[in-house]
Amino acid sequence: MVKYAFYTGCVSKGGAPELYQSITAVAPKLGLEFEELEGAACTGAGVLTERNEELADTLNARTFAMAERLNLPIMTICSTCQGVMSQANHRLKTNPGYLQRVNQHLAVEGLKYNGTATVKHFMWFLAEDYGLTNLQSKVVRPLTGIKLAAFYGCYVLRPTKDLEYDEHPERGEYLDQIISALGGVPIDYSGKTKCCGFPILTMNEKNSVTMSGNHMMEVKELGGEAMVTPCPLCHLSLDGYQPQAGKIKNVQIGMPIIHLPQAVGLALGIPPQTLGLNKHIVSTASFVGRVRS
Amino acid sequence: MKVKLNVKRFDPEKGSRVYFQKYEVDMDDQATVLDALIHVREYVDPTLAFRCSCRSAICGSCGMRINGMAGLGCKTKIFQVAPNGEEINVEPMGNMKVLRDLIVDMGMFWDKIRAVEPWLQPTGPEPEREHIVPNQAMIDLTVAMNCIMCGSCVSDCTVMEVDKSFLGPAALAKAYRFVDDPRDGHTEERIEKYSKPGGIWDCTHCYFCVQVCPKDVAPMDRILDIREAALNAGIKNNNGSRHSDSFANSVKISGWLDEGRLAVESHGYTNIPELLPLIPVGLRVMMAGKMPSPIHHKRPGSKYVKQLFEKLEG
Repeated sequence: MVKYAFYTGCVSKGGAPELYQSITAVAPKLGLEFEELEGAACTGAGVLTERNEELADTLNARTFAMAERLNLPIMTICSTCQGVMSQANHRLKTNPGYLQRVNQHLAVEGLKYNGTATVKHFMWFLAEDYGLTNLQSKVVRPLTGIKLAAFYGCYVLRPTKDLEYDEHPERGEYLDQIISALGGVPIDYSGKTKCCGFPILTMNEKNSVTMSGNHMMEVKELGGEAMVTPCPLCHLSLDGYQPQAGKIKNVQIGMPIIHLPQAVGLALGIPPQTLGLNKHIVSTASFVGRVRS
Repeated sequence: MKVKLNVKRFDPEKGSRVYFQKYEVDMDDQATVLDALIHVREYVDPTLAFRCSCRSAICGSCGMRINGMAGLGCKTKIFQVAPNGEEINVEPMGNMKVLRDLIVDMGMFWDKIRAVEPWLQPTGPEPEREHIVPNQAMIDLTVAMNCIMCGSCVSDCTVMEVDKSFLGPAALAKAYRFVDDPRDGHTEERIEKYSKPGGIWDCTHCYFCVQVCPKDVAPMDRILDIREAALNAGIKNNNGSRHSDSFANSVKISGWLDEGRLAVESHGYTNIPELLPLIPVGLRVMMAGKMPSPIHHKRPGSKYVKQLFEKLEG
């Protein structure tokens, strides 16, 4: 068993409970043990950083200090959480004076961040630690021949300098590699690394759903049968607001949007219901049916 | 060193055909993509059209897409993008009309720059000599001032791809340069203007402009700086700042995000036309069997989170 301090993020405990359901079902199959950071606060999702960087970094340092206390690395299941935490960690680790000031804020709670925390997305864990060959060997229900489009989410792609791309140059390709390891056929398309539109959903819904609609239509035109994402915010946009995107595009898109742990879990033989594949806005039946057949 | 280029071509005088043309040239180990293109134009194919001037990442003329990412041809070494002799894809910048081969019409780019009124607008009596400002006040501005107007950020902006009315990263980074300039006397009016639709709150945080900017201006960060200035100045009559306030308040009170409340508060409790479309969204969530609990529980230790907010946000 490999143990992680598990950072759930807000959305897997709110609008996308199927993500939490699927990761907790998949974890034991991969020898993952979680100690959930129940007292950790929201990362701020970039919104708090733009209001007050020191406040946002202090909230994240608080989470890092909790993980340090457990002597465990942190695992995330959200591209946005991962990106925001990576950026905060980078600032804290490279500026000792800043870290000292942040620690003064944390002292009231008896916490101190020593700058040693590592934060790893589940997707990065699969590719870098668990190993794609190992994952492939555990597949009992391969996604053979299913054309799947990876949708990464901006925060695990850019800016690369904060995401350790120098050390792990293939981080921008892991999702495609995982799809292949599960037996699926990854689709190459231009929208793969672009924005899902979620951050401006309440400011400019038209632009937001035009973005997501463009990506889904591109995938559809290339014969894609489903999209897989490691980011629940992208999922909310692509799945939750797909009806609105369809309206803009004048078409019923009908694209199943699958959380990464759901795709992994399905290939590892976990029943679809256990993975919450029945809790999507857009039916996942066509995708699940293809895996079963 | 053998260099393989795959260049996107278009000549309106020869019809509407867009095609890729391959070139193979010998270059030295330190050559840039621009060096290779110049070599092609000088010795292989004089019809290849592209802009360039200083070759030193100062003039901003040679913006282009190299292997799908915008950047300067003169700042991109061949060995960086094709370490093992791979073919290099070279295309014109995106989001702007292609005039010929790698040359784009920058008209829209300049229109947007002009739209933010990129000149100092001081108020009060003119000083006898120059405006005196503390050095520290200008240091922050030097980042935005590094912009060489190459258009790379505009090329890869994901919002401009779907909405040409967005002011965009280059213009808004330039706008910040004046918002933050202590000599300017119209800061509030500027922020009001940039907070309107098509302005600061339409940026998605996609980080493309930060990634591609060859001068580390990080335009998105400058947009976020204007947002911070807007919130501090109390310019809040828009969904963007309501979203930001609701988000912060939710985390402050409970330690984590109350998504339902955020959706409503971003539009405003009395904004019925924008709230009505949320009803079918909620119904679909309910039918999918995942309606979050109406009671938003506090996370353990949330009192400490609240204390941090009170200490650092005031």
